[in-house]
Amino acid sequence: MDRFHSPSAFFFYGLFAFLILASLVARMLIRSGRVAGPTAQNLADRIRAWWVMIGVLALIFTLGAGAITLFFALCSMAALREFATITHTRRDDHDGLAIAFYLILPLQYLLVYFHVPVFAALLIPVYSFLLLPVVTVFKGEVQGFLTRVSETQWGLMVCVYCVSHIPAILTLDIPDYRYSAFTLVAWLILVVQASDVLQYVWGKSIGRHLLAPRVSPSKTVEGLVGGVLSASALGVALTPFTPFRWWEAGLIALTVTTFGFFGGLIMSAIKRDRGVKDWGTLVQGHGGILDRLDSLVFSAPIFLHILAWGWM
Amino acid sequence: MTATIPARLTRAGLVATARILISLRAIDLPPPGGAPRILVANHVSHADFVALWSALPKPHRLRTRPVAGADYWERSAIRRWIAHQVFRAVLIDRDPASRRADPVETVAEVLRGGEDVIFFPEGTRNLTDARLLPLKSGIYHLARAVPEAEIVPAWILNLDRILPKGAFLPVPLNCAVRFGGPMRVETGESREDFLQRLAAAMLALAEAKG
Repeated sequence: MDRFHSPSAFFFYGLFAFLILASLVARMLIRSGRVAGPTAQNLADRIRAWWVMIGVLALIFTLGAGAITLFFALCSMAALREFATITHTRRDDHDGLAIAFYLILPLQYLLVYFHVPVFAALLIPVYSFLLLPVVTVFKGEVQGFLTRVSETQWGLMVCVYCVSHIPAILTLDIPDYRYSAFTLVAWLILVVQASDVLQYVWGKSIGRHLLAPRVSPSKTVEGLVGGVLSASALGVALTPFTPFRWWEAGLIALTVTTFGFFGGLIMSAIKRDRGVKDWGTLVQGHGGILDRLDSLVFSAPIFLHILAWGWM
Repeated sequence: MTATIPARLTRAGLVATARILISLRAIDLPPPGGAPRILVANHVSHADFVALWSALPKPHRLRTRPVAGADYWERSAIRRWIAHQVFRAVLIDRDPASRRADPVETVAEVLRGGEDVIFFPEGTRNLTDARLLPLKSGIYHLARAVPEAEIVPAWILNLDRILPKGAFLPVPLNCAVRFGGPMRVETGESREDFLQRLAAAMLALAEAKG
């Protein structure tokens, strides 16, 4: 079976090995009492959630492009739900939101899956931007109108448009590349999520200087630099599975992790403004799905464009 | 009365839909204290009692009956079936001119029988921009009629956006029901004082974060 011997399959073998190690280390830390109380509970929850997330990803990668597209469509749905929940939208926005959830979101993923890139690129930034406020304006409620329609549009851009760029990578056919685009999706997710975890680890261990205390009380300069550089080193180490040269892999990894960091920061600012700590409760120990997806949201479109312009 | 299979399936379907589609969850539900309970919530949508009912843990849910207006729920065969078979609703006649039984006494009998009720003290759906309509005196009379019952204030979040009046398609926003600590009418407390205290407790839940 080829799909069990593909590079992305080996990424998952490596991840499972790493998770076993992480679970053992966490158990030792908790047993020995070096980590205790709510921190220990959160650590255990986070690792358990990683098992689930990596398990689900491994399964959908085995099932193929349809499963991956459907999975990210469901992620978009859950993410848009979290986003729309904390906006100023009111009952007059019901119809606009219903169209966003039940029409625009599925249509975007159908356009991605059936590879209609021009429409997939225009549907939300142009057509939903122009037409969705029309549905709302006929409700006649002007209070907070700009705020409400902008928030809905932002929700669609962040949670649907940007997220749909992850499965869109699968539609790329890169010449002279001996692996499939699945590997590139796995590389992106791995590098960007590793950057999140490593920023957390570096920040917790040597973080001193707060980066943006008013936006996020936990992000430090040391965490950012350490996380981005070590995740980029991981990206370079995986060069043999990519169509890149080693220094290209390094630069691309640096770019996507930097954008991932921007994503985390911007989404934190939105949460802070709306007075919530987490986007939701869907992923145990992590908060909502947007808390996990925020960095990929901002890096996936950039990665797709780099591939489309540089390697095709 | 045991429920029929279609009624049970409808219940299970509603609970599953609420949990999956709108990620419904209960926040700070006080553990049962033995006394019958009057769960008291804001009312903005026809789906309110479904949401509150679905947010309860199963054993708790099975002994909880919504109090609803007979004028609405007796109007068609399907509504009658939903009210009686699915939710075992306690239907009361809201029109003093036509009613034959005292609504307070009807609900009080249910509580004395050891079951809990869901009660909307505003008396009707709130379709205004105000967070809460002035509370009707029904809840005060009910609490006085069953002094052992505890009143548990609750606030249903976001349902007016999920399924507003006139809409038939729910928009999937996260929904939660936040509960407050149990209350009783204090000795010598006047109707106005009690209703004010209850409204304040409910609004405090609406404002709470996290």
